[in-house]
Amino acid sequence: MHVHFLDPFRPGDSLVHELDARLKFLLAVAFILTVSLTPVGAWPVYILLLALILSVEILSALGVGYVLKRAVLVLPFVLAALPVVFTIQGTELFSLYLGTWTLTASLEGLARFTSVALKSWLSMQAAIVLASSTSFPDLLQAMRAVGIPRLLVAMFGLMWRYLFVLVDEALRLMRARAARSGQSDQRRTRRGGSLAWRARVTGGMAGNLFLRAFERSERIYVAMLSRGYEGEVRALPLPSFTKVHWLTLATGLAVLGLFLLFGILFWS
Amino acid sequence: MHHSIEVENLSFSYPDGNPALRDISLKIQPNEKVALVGPNGAGKSTLLLHLNGILSGKGTVRVCGLVVENKNIGRVRAAVGLVFQNPDDQLFSPTVYDDVAFGPLYQGLRQDEINARVDEALTAVRMKEYASRVSHHLSMGEKKRIAIATVLSMRPEVLVLDEPTADLDPRSRRMLINLLREMPITMLASTHDMRMVQELFPRMVIMDAGRIVADGATMHLLSDEVLLEMHGLEKP
Amino acid sequence: MLYSPAPMHIPDGFLSTLVSIALWMVSAVIVAYALRRVGRDLGERQVPLMGVLAAAIFAGQMLNFSVAGGTSGHLLGAAIATILLGPWAAVIVMTSVVSIQALIFQDGGLLALGANLFNMAVIGVAVSYFVYTSFQKVARGRSWGIFLGGFAAAWFSIVVASLACALELALSGTSPANVAVPAMGGIHMLIGIGEGFITLGALAFLYATRRDLLHAGHAARGGGAAVWAFGLGIAILLAILSPLASAHPDGLEWVAGQKGFLEMARAPLYQIIPDYVFPGVSNESLATILAGILGTLLVFSAALGVAYVRRARKAA
Repeated sequence: MHVHFLDPFRPGDSLVHELDARLKFLLAVAFILTVSLTPVGAWPVYILLLALILSVEILSALGVGYVLKRAVLVLPFVLAALPVVFTIQGTELFSLYLGTWTLTASLEGLARFTSVALKSWLSMQAAIVLASSTSFPDLLQAMRAVGIPRLLVAMFGLMWRYLFVLVDEALRLMRARAARSGQSDQRRTRRGGSLAWRARVTGGMAGNLFLRAFERSERIYVAMLSRGYEGEVRALPLPSFTKVHWLTLATGLAVLGLFLLFGILFWS
Repeated sequence: MHHSIEVENLSFSYPDGNPALRDISLKIQPNEKVALVGPNGAGKSTLLLHLNGILSGKGTVRVCGLVVENKNIGRVRAAVGLVFQNPDDQLFSPTVYDDVAFGPLYQGLRQDEINARVDEALTAVRMKEYASRVSHHLSMGEKKRIAIATVLSMRPEVLVLDEPTADLDPRSRRMLINLLREMPITMLASTHDMRMVQELFPRMVIMDAGRIVADGATMHLLSDEVLLEMHGLEKP
Repeated sequence: MLYSPAPMHIPDGFLSTLVSIALWMVSAVIVAYALRRVGRDLGERQVPLMGVLAAAIFAGQMLNFSVAGGTSGHLLGAAIATILLGPWAAVIVMTSVVSIQALIFQDGGLLALGANLFNMAVIGVAVSYFVYTSFQKVARGRSWGIFLGGFAAAWFSIVVASLACALELALSGTSPANVAVPAMGGIHMLIGIGEGFITLGALAFLYATRRDLLHAGHAARGGGAAVWAFGLGIAILLAILSPLASAHPDGLEWVAGQKGFLEMARAPLYQIIPDYVFPGVSNESLATILAGILGTLLVFSAALGVAYVRRARKAA
């Protein structure tokens, strides 16, 4: 059984797919940084940024629905910011009376909450587009280009490669557990055993997984030695940036810079 | 003209004391195709690991004229291409290209030479279009062939295989056997697949309990049923 | 089965830019140092061993077990990584896990990655190390040191990391301290129990099958004292700061000394630029409408562009 659904990469031939991974990575990070720097309450800028990311999503032919659906995952965390509506002082909007407590919502608080929600929603969309339109090996190249140490990148590569193999093994362990998790006919017996017991069984499976990982890493090490590995991580040189690459990068950064400037000048 | 593989009085015990190899002597000529058979635990895999210096024991091991010792180890590993039983342990890079390029890269070749070697190796195993694929998504048969390519790209003089046809469905097995038949390279294969031995390997070496108990023409040895049965083998 | 977001991975947008970048720099320095230490201690084996173990921890996080109410608990892994590999390799392994979670699965933001790494890969590991080795010393080699120490290391690593997370949110002005600290701390005290039991189970399994692996982590000594001290220090610091912050949400101001510092931490970096009105667009509603129009135009051009390219390709 192959755990394909874990890999978010959706192959395609859109403009976004074909854009150099290093550019995509840099532009995605620049977008997220721009979002982060955009002042609270600068609604027009948020709208422009949203339009920008939606355009990219359309260009990528991933399907806007696909991206937005995954971006909704940000919701639970957003709730953590909800209290800010009531704790920031400012122009009063409305009050909630809960027993002895009075919660007063302020305009500033609402503005901050909405800004946080927008920021995280926008940032997540950028990250999703990046991960869905770029194959992982290409993302590794992008990381090398950005300056992440070769050793770490090599590790990421190995980790990703064996992630699917080990998740397969983990799922098999879970299925084996499920196969043994029948329900007794007796009415009074507590189903599933105690929490502590269940956690320990899960821990046993985790231990099993780690053991297999150790043993596998030994075999991989032997395979690497057999092909000449001597401890120093080597990699093929990256193709150099062309003029078109620089132009695209400059354009992207310029657009983001303009939006940011707009936001700073009016709303800080 | 040096022997491709020359093992003289090799003995080896694992750290837990288990004597895996007892006084093994073996000579393999260039372009010979030899099968290594015997029951599990006979020491076949252990012997193979000595051929490229992963393990080292008492006695001498020489490959292509080089003594297998630390100062030669780089050249030894380029001369002896060892293909393990489980391809998932050998396909550890993000893409097929990266895996096949690993050997030449660590040999210090230039980018264009590496490209050429990868091309050559993938073509030899009939998998040229697979270069940008991710190994996780491949079938067992495809993975086994790529694993061979990862070793061929180093242009070895000897190909050593551990259970090449294990875990393969009949069609993939047939493809692999045909592939091996066409390779003009010295070959040593450890295997349980007696039908493949009969088809591809004119010489057979039988190992049992760490010793070589027979070494000769396959056809001749396969007709000796008493010998086969004594060492847990069956006539195909 | 969806990959569910974990409560300690902070998404982008929640931390102020200053906090994000500061923690990025701190994490980068620590990870770089850890890489060098690992190179010295583990040698050639490091790449396959750490890579595959990181994959195991990632896969292990998928092994959930049902807690009452339909939610499920699962493993973070900082404690078990520290016990099996020693602190420096554990930092690298956790860095890999948290980074790939952020990049590929959007579990945690990219700008916020520095903070998440600091909480999970640095604090999580340091506190685990401190607690585990302390228990080992007290137990003097007896097996209860491993099991109780493992459980405690797991619990403390989760709780202390969550306190750091809460304080970062409070410092950024996203969540008031008197809500964030008790909420994050409280939830993670419960989650920590699950982590503790899973870690305990894993250690028990390995103790029975490959006891030698449990002692492998102790090979990475030297500099261990620094990690131990850091672990202790950070735990104490957060233990003191958290109730202070939560009792006095304005207490952070008191600690910072000046309101100005706090404003700087929360506000965008450029507040030093004086306000001035740009001639022309002086009305905010007008600006919003203009932005809406511009934005819509942008989206439509993109859609048109895609349709055009598709037609051109079909014709070709």
